Amino acid sequence: MRMLWLLASRDLGTAWRSSGLWLPVAFLLLVASLYPFAVGPDLGLLRRTGGGMVWIAALLASLLPVDRLIAPDRDAGVLDQMALRGIGDEMVVLARLIAHWLGFGPPLMIATLPAAALLKLDGGTIWMLEAGLLIGTPALAALGLLVATLTAGLRSSGALAGLLALPLAVPLLIFGAGTLGDGSGAALKFLAAASLLLVAITPFAGGAAIRAGRE
Amino acid sequence: MSRAALALSDVACLRGGRILFRGVNLTLDAGASALLTGPNGVGKSSLLRLCAGLLPAFSGTMERHGAVALADERLTLDSELSLARALHFWARLDRSAENAVAAALEAMALTRLSDVPVRMLSTGQRKRAMLARVIASGAPIWLLDEPGNGLDSASLDLLGSAVSAHLAGGGIVVTASHQPLPLGAPVVLSLADHLPDPAEWDA
Repeated sequence: MRMLWLLASRDLGTAWRSSGLWLPVAFLLLVASLYPFAVGPDLGLLRRTGGGMVWIAALLASLLPVDRLIAPDRDAGVLDQMALRGIGDEMVVLARLIAHWLGFGPPLMIATLPAAALLKLDGGTIWMLEAGLLIGTPALAALGLLVATLTAGLRSSGALAGLLALPLAVPLLIFGAGTLGDGSGAALKFLAAASLLLVAITPFAGGAAIRAGRE
Repeated sequence: MSRAALALSDVACLRGGRILFRGVNLTLDAGASALLTGPNGVGKSSLLRLCAGLLPAFSGTMERHGAVALADERLTLDSELSLARALHFWARLDRSAENAVAAALEAMALTRLSDVPVRMLSTGQRKRAMLARVIASGAPIWLLDEPGNGLDSASLDLLGSAVSAHLAGGGIVVTASHQPLPLGAPVVLSLADHLPDPAEWDA
């Protein structure tokens, strides 16, 4: 536990110092403020489509920091130094998942409030949006991290990571945006299931990817 | 701390589909040191990574008792942090003593620079910072890859005294270098004597 905390707090500190934490927030707000300009100031239309727009923005925002999640530390030898201290690669990825979500999930949920105001969303939709993001952002974080571990050793890994992650993120987008128009709560449960699965496999798959890439 | 030991028996290393060296034997007990020599590209760094357990041996076995600290060509200290804080991160992971970082900075004559961000350090200072990271780790086995590169003669003396203090305390040091270093009386292992037969190159 102590080890996990040490690793996660370092990762969070690194993200904070590289000012990477503002990027997803700024991106979400930018999209939310541009969207009404693009589709016109039709209140009904904004209210109907705004929630889905926030989900698309959240998904794309999660891909922004992917190229600096793993690759810089791999190149700097940090991952090797951790391995020779007997710290499992799974542990490293789990700590990074926690740090990545903390640096991206909650800020995005906070940024959703002004975004919702820009899109004229009503109270119930905002609640569903926040609940969906609370459940869905760990999955988005896990997916981004998983793709980052897979592409860490490659050139132009950023673009490749986006191409790899987007098809895998489609279920999250369907269930996430589905929660908004669905009163039964089924979409929320599917979202939770997808999220649980991604969060559970990412430390193991990511750890294996780091080990396989070690040379 | 149980006695540190490092033993390689009949080790061969395969990298990029090519055998780098083979038939390497090395046995080091507490207080012993080894110097790896040989021309560029002969596999000195690979042998160090192999000793660290980061690279599997193609054949043969590597046995190691005790934690290991590696100083390769990468500094591995967060460049935005101050030197002392960057070293503290690794020292905390290693569960080193509270004053281990201060003692390591002192041993490498870096105490004056402990508040300076790592990215501002010069080449020689970075090398000394890396050695301070190794010293602060408290690991009994040190693997040093070209530790003398970029060091002036005063710093080389610091390195020499740090190494001899470590050896006197029952540690093990394996150094790869092609320049003379004040390392006491190491076992010299010339990797040029362990090149594979030309016929094996395509193995």
